Amino acid sequence: MKETTVLVNNKVGLHARPASLFVQAAAKFNSNIQVSCQDPDTKELREANAKSILGVLTLGVFQGMDITIRAEGEDEEQAIKTLADLVENNFGEE
Amino acid sequence: MKRLAGIPASRGVCIGPIFQFLRQELVIDDCKVENAHAELSRLNDALERAKQQIDVIYQKALKESSQADAEIFQAHKMILEDPELLDEVKRKIENGKCSAEFAMKETAQTFSDMMAAMSDEYFAARATDILDVGNRVLRILLGVAESPTAQLKTPSVIVADDLTPSDTVLLDKTLVSGFCTARGSATSHTAILARGLGIPAVAGVGKQVLEEKNNTQIILDGTQGEVVLAPDDATVHEYQQRIETARSLQVESKQHAQEAALTKDGRQLEVVANIGNVEGARSAIENGAEGVGLLRTEFLYLERNSLPTEEEQYQAYRAILDVFGDLPVILRTLDVGGDKEIPYMGLEAESNSFLGQRALRLCLVRPDIFKPQLRAALRAGVERNLKIMFPMVATAGEIRAARKVMEECKQELRAEGKPFAEGIEIGIMVEIPSAALVADQLAKEVDFFSIGTNDLSQYTMAADRTNPRVAELSDAFYPAVLRLIRSVIEAAHKEGKWVGMCGELAGEPLAAPILLGLGLDEFSMSPPMVPVIKQILRNLSAEDMQPLAQQALEMESPQEIQQFVREKVPFIAELI
Repeated sequence: MKETTVLVNNKVGLHARPASLFVQAAAKFNSNIQVSCQDPDTKELREANAKSILGVLTLGVFQGMDITIRAEGEDEEQAIKTLADLVENNFGEE
Repeated sequence: MKRLAGIPASRGVCIGPIFQFLRQELVIDDCKVENAHAELSRLNDALERAKQQIDVIYQKALKESSQADAEIFQAHKMILEDPELLDEVKRKIENGKCSAEFAMKETAQTFSDMMAAMSDEYFAARATDILDVGNRVLRILLGVAESPTAQLKTPSVIVADDLTPSDTVLLDKTLVSGFCTARGSATSHTAILARGLGIPAVAGVGKQVLEEKNNTQIILDGTQGEVVLAPDDATVHEYQQRIETARSLQVESKQHAQEAALTKDGRQLEVVANIGNVEGARSAIENGAEGVGLLRTEFLYLERNSLPTEEEQYQAYRAILDVFGDLPVILRTLDVGGDKEIPYMGLEAESNSFLGQRALRLCLVRPDIFKPQLRAALRAGVERNLKIMFPMVATAGEIRAARKVMEECKQELRAEGKPFAEGIEIGIMVEIPSAALVADQLAKEVDFFSIGTNDLSQYTMAADRTNPRVAELSDAFYPAVLRLIRSVIEAAHKEGKWVGMCGELAGEPLAAPILLGLGLDEFSMSPPMVPVIKQILRNLSAEDMQPLAQQALEMESPQEIQQFVREKVPFIAELI
């Protein structure tokens, strides 16, 4: 199992188009991929299937929040790298 | 016979049978199944079918509708493939021994409620999407037709609560003579679709219309915003005569389409077209347009994965300019922003995109987008009558900034030895109230103005024209908007500059007497309206319209102003 934590710094966070891009990227891997974040108010940990658009949307990740991506499977390394890159590059936005 | 008042959503009058666009109620019982395996296989088949259906709709929407409409269906597909949702449905079938229908219905409802509870417009839209997708799968499982219009066999007036993009994409447009919706507004999806198709529509007539039986006769007056249910013979006769009169006026307009728009007192107006591609250019010429008042350039940027090159743009502009020869063509530089998804541009969604970094504001910070377009336009203008217009200008400084980029482009082209239109004329869209208020300052910076009434109305009235709850306020017939138009025209004329209009108001027959009276020089509209507006202008005297316009601007509401014009210029009311 591999995991990494990245800062979500694009304007809309994991919503709308960035959320779609994230889920589409995750769906290309065979590994099980989970994404989690901490509720900024209640500090409660929330987790979702990274391949589910509905799951990712309901996580409610906004700009400035950290997310932890965890992957388990044959292509876990590549999956973590691809998804972390996508977030760190602000989903290709400028 | 019963008359219902509504909102005029698309011009024209028709008489025909009612077709109630009713979604069949999907009745699903909570029945236990023995063979979960068979149920799962039914589910998988249905999901596969649903995917195919959505693909078909997506392709159809791309072709007939907008990119934004089409993207709704891509979102639908992602929901259909969502593992969380599907796992839950499968779990309900396997563990709960639910039928595929019941499992799907329950799960879609749960997920939808979850989204709806997030009190955010974006999530609310997703909540509707989830139910829409769920219902699609349910209809397949239950063997119910995909669209209620499968039963539509003869040309009819479609009556509905309101229609969504997924309803209208599948509609056979040749069988629709008009639309009548219980809810909705002049800017709802149905209204825009109807105007694009050139068929009449009335919106917001209230729920009682939904209780009428199929095939009941209905008269739909999309110009006045009225419907008559089960009309008596005398009323049918009256409307048939109106349709006849309107038709002959249209035929007459068509016959004179290629003649000049010379008013009775000898003022020559310029009547030109709004177009967005080469087909539009041909239609403009056929309809007698004397050039192009608005060439939208967005078409070059949509449905692709990278910016169009300078050369591609040059070829496209040149192809359009070739259709018009010496006639003037006004090219509007790119008008996109946060609400239009052009993925490869990497635009961030903005919480208030109508007030965001769009159009010229975006171009000024993105020379990689702006410069190739300006260079292509400058080159295409050689030996042609091309003018350039910047959208969304709020200040004089923005015009100077845009001019500076243009000067850089000219210098580059000079250095590269490429021919370009040295003295190309520059104008701006006046569509922001601030620009209208300092029009005297802006007029010094440009060669011409073109008033964009759609945005000017929504910004002046602070009413989002895409939000049905307030769209009624976003009407250019409000005196606040008309008075801004008056002051823009006066300010420009003082500086010796001419003023055109390329918003919907320019193609609105009831507005023509007012605009003529205010001194508008150029009217730009969708090609089919060109002959009609020309014919109206020919039958008016500019001098007589001056007091009429001033009087109209003293009134308080669009209804009052329109009624006043109808009374003073009765022949326009006949045009339906």
